[in-house]
Amino acid sequence: MMPDLGKYAVTVLGSYGATLALLVALVGVSLWQGARVKRALQAQEERMGRRDG
Amino acid sequence: MIALLFRDLRLAVRAGGGFGLGLAFFLIVVTLVPFGVGPEGGMLGRIAPGILWLGALLACLLSLDRIFALDFEDGSLDLLATAPIPLEGVVTMKAVAHWITTGLPLVVAAPVFGVLLHLDGAAVWWLVLSLALGTPALSVLGTFGAALTVGLKRGGLLLSLLVLPLYVPTLIFGAELVRRGAGDMATATPLLMLGGITAATVALVPFASAAAIRVNLR
Amino acid sequence: MSIWEYANPKKFMETSAWLLPWVAALAALTLVTGLVWGFFLTPDDYKQGSTVKIIYLHVPAAMMAINIWVMMLVTSLVWLIRRHHVSALAAKAAAPVGMVMTLIALITGALWGQPMWGTWWEWDPRLTSFLILFLFYLGYIALWGAIDNPDTAADLTGVLCLVGSVFAVLSRYAVNFWNQGLHQGATLSLDKEENISDVYWLPLLVCIAGFILLFVALVLVRTRTEIRARRLKALEARERMA
Repeated sequence: MMPDLGKYAVTVLGSYGATLALLVALVGVSLWQGARVKRALQAQEERMGRRDG
Repeated sequence: MIALLFRDLRLAVRAGGGFGLGLAFFLIVVTLVPFGVGPEGGMLGRIAPGILWLGALLACLLSLDRIFALDFEDGSLDLLATAPIPLEGVVTMKAVAHWITTGLPLVVAAPVFGVLLHLDGAAVWWLVLSLALGTPALSVLGTFGAALTVGLKRGGLLLSLLVLPLYVPTLIFGAELVRRGAGDMATATPLLMLGGITAATVALVPFASAAAIRVNLR
Repeated sequence: MSIWEYANPKKFMETSAWLLPWVAALAALTLVTGLVWGFFLTPDDYKQGSTVKIIYLHVPAAMMAINIWVMMLVTSLVWLIRRHHVSALAAKAAAPVGMVMTLIALITGALWGQPMWGTWWEWDPRLTSFLILFLFYLGYIALWGAIDNPDTAADLTGVLCLVGSVFAVLSRYAVNFWNQGLHQGATLSLDKEENISDVYWLPLLVCIAGFILLFVALVLVRTRTEIRARRLKALEARERMA
């Protein structure tokens, strides 16, 4: 299954690892911020007692 | 506009910083470099163009946040913005005043510092020429950065982060001009590029600075 | 019906809510396909060995790093000229994505350079200009973060983006002049003899498509967040006033 990366295994795996880690972090942070702001906005809208202003 | 220039110059001189401070900073940088890299003349001479250009860059950067800050705090910037002269002119004059107080002293004193760093004869004149051509661009770009951050409480570090990347082309061509001049290589390309960048910067960037100030005064 | 309709935040929220799942799913699909294809199913290059597989990360990330800045330039212009808030917020939302893409390009480039050129970092024109681009992203994001008033922030960052674009291009040529590079030329131009062969090219295309879709999905998510944050701020302000 795993391709033979030869002597460059560390380089290639490191690149993929670093990239995927960064991308996952970026997506995670974006989604987390999105969810947080969405919750805060919903709470605020309910507190102010109307759906749209 | 000339009156504004003289006003800024007088203020700079009276504040005590003015001409001396940038120069003193430059001197300190030049003194400290041999401590850092060792006293060999050959090596110092080779890295001298870079050191002197970096020193000029940093000396210029130090005085940037004062360009608009004082006028913004006491409200004279609002008056200047509503004055009959265009804001672009005000910004240009501010940049000129900044250049006269920091850039010009460096240009004049550069041969002395060049000697301190073992820069050889011909290269010193290339250094003076490159600084004379390049430092106006540094002042104008610095004014732009100062205009962007004028409303901020602690804009100093942000200002460096915004302005330094804009200095890259000037630094490259300026230092390259001295290096090529010292090595008797063709100097026409960096010379023309340096002059061209400065000319374009001086002509166009004041419009961006004035726009930024208008936004900040809104 | 024109494109400016989407400048209305409400309209944008409706459309993006409908669009987002599709784009996100498509992005995940192409990205996984491209990377799996590239990582498991391509042969080693006779010169570069298995490091050729890094191309599937390095090239798309580098392309996106530049194109995201161009996108920010366009949206900043739209904001400065037509004053559509969504446009300014989209530029703000795109900047961190662009910064991460630049970082990926730099890191994979360094890892790739180590076995190929024998050094992690070389002051090569392309690498150096990406470092400068990274600094521009940093400054842009820092300026957004430093200013409280959202309209002022949008205006000032827009102006910075315009001036920064000019100087980023200028730096690119200055750096080129300053040092001859080790970096190989374009691998994707269609008219060149020494292009990479189809074996590598097809998965690369899929990866590029995947990165673009991922970027679109992220910008949609982040712009929605920014719009909500703006609305939250406005509601809080109104509550304080009342």
